[in-house]
Amino acid sequence: MWQALRNELHPKGFELVTVGLDTEGAAGCRAFIEAARPEHPSLIDRHHVLADLFGVINIPSSVWIDENGMIVRPAETAPAPPQPDGKTSQFSLPADLPQRFVEIRAEAAKIRKDTHAYHAALRDWVERGAASRFALPPDAVVERSRPRDHAKALGHAHFQLAAQLEMDGHHDAAVRHFREAHRLVPDSWTFRRQAWSLEKVGEGPLARFWQGPNPDASHAWPYEGDWLSDVRKTGAENYNEPWRP
Amino acid sequence: MLLRSPRVSISEFEAGTGWQLKPEGACRGEVCIPLSQPPGESVDVSRVAKELGMPLVAAPEFGLWALGPASIGSRALASAQAPDLRLPDLSGQEFRLSSLHGQKVLLYAWAPY
Repeated sequence: MWQALRNELHPKGFELVTVGLDTEGAAGCRAFIEAARPEHPSLIDRHHVLADLFGVINIPSSVWIDENGMIVRPAETAPAPPQPDGKTSQFSLPADLPQRFVEIRAEAAKIRKDTHAYHAALRDWVERGAASRFALPPDAVVERSRPRDHAKALGHAHFQLAAQLEMDGHHDAAVRHFREAHRLVPDSWTFRRQAWSLEKVGEGPLARFWQGPNPDASHAWPYEGDWLSDVRKTGAENYNEPWRP
Repeated sequence: MLLRSPRVSISEFEAGTGWQLKPEGACRGEVCIPLSQPPGESVDVSRVAKELGMPLVAAPEFGLWALGPASIGSRALASAQAPDLRLPDLSGQEFRLSSLHGQKVLLYAWAPY
């Protein structure tokens, strides 16, 4: 979906750089990247440096950067480009979907997506550059970037440590630092989703989307929240912040 | 930024934190924070971290240190100037954001979970 939009806009001096935020690295991202067959840079971010450097707290999100390397829109939700045929998913789901996925899909369907406004703004910026009203001046970019105090910055350090411990095979130690990251950076969905996704339930591509207690061993779940409970608590309609012009 | 040693080279520090070490201090875009001592060949991370308000979490039993981002101005971005992001692609080839200077870039974060 993004590849087609990138090919359309590329002749106008536009490039797409996709970054997979995954502690599992290439092993976690490869199938998705190969299916998308990107002609643009497609990168792997095992430590979520995009959170540290750009303030990314959820996926999918985007940062717009102009020809001079200036950020003109800080991290914000980036809905998929509109699909003319109404097709939304590239994956077919099994018919005997576990109840948890039925509920996850019902919540996900309520998540706010400002697709039209976002993509109209993107096209305006690509056409008009700095003259676009959607390209924000530097002060507004800084002001609109995520709030970050010292406690949150400390949570980022715990997350980085957790990611490395996980890669090095020290899962229990990783969980302790993931939990600290979740406590200190409560507004980051990626920090939570990443940790939850490492507690796989079942087999196959859905194992990482379970993101909650295994019904056969729910006492073993090491985190305070899980995807379904946290989304319900927040309200699916508040999962993404409304898009601002 | 993740560290295997509490001392790192200047280029590693700059790539990992987005802050450039210059004679006038640590800089991100037009924002410069003076440092009490200029770094030499390598950066003493705990000292520079303290001066930039970056938290450092140590796990010496695993030989790991993690440096959190600066929180200057209580915002994720201290400046609108994009840091020179360096990340590998699927084949391990390092990509640098600065290689796209002169084009508009949409940096898109996704995850397979």
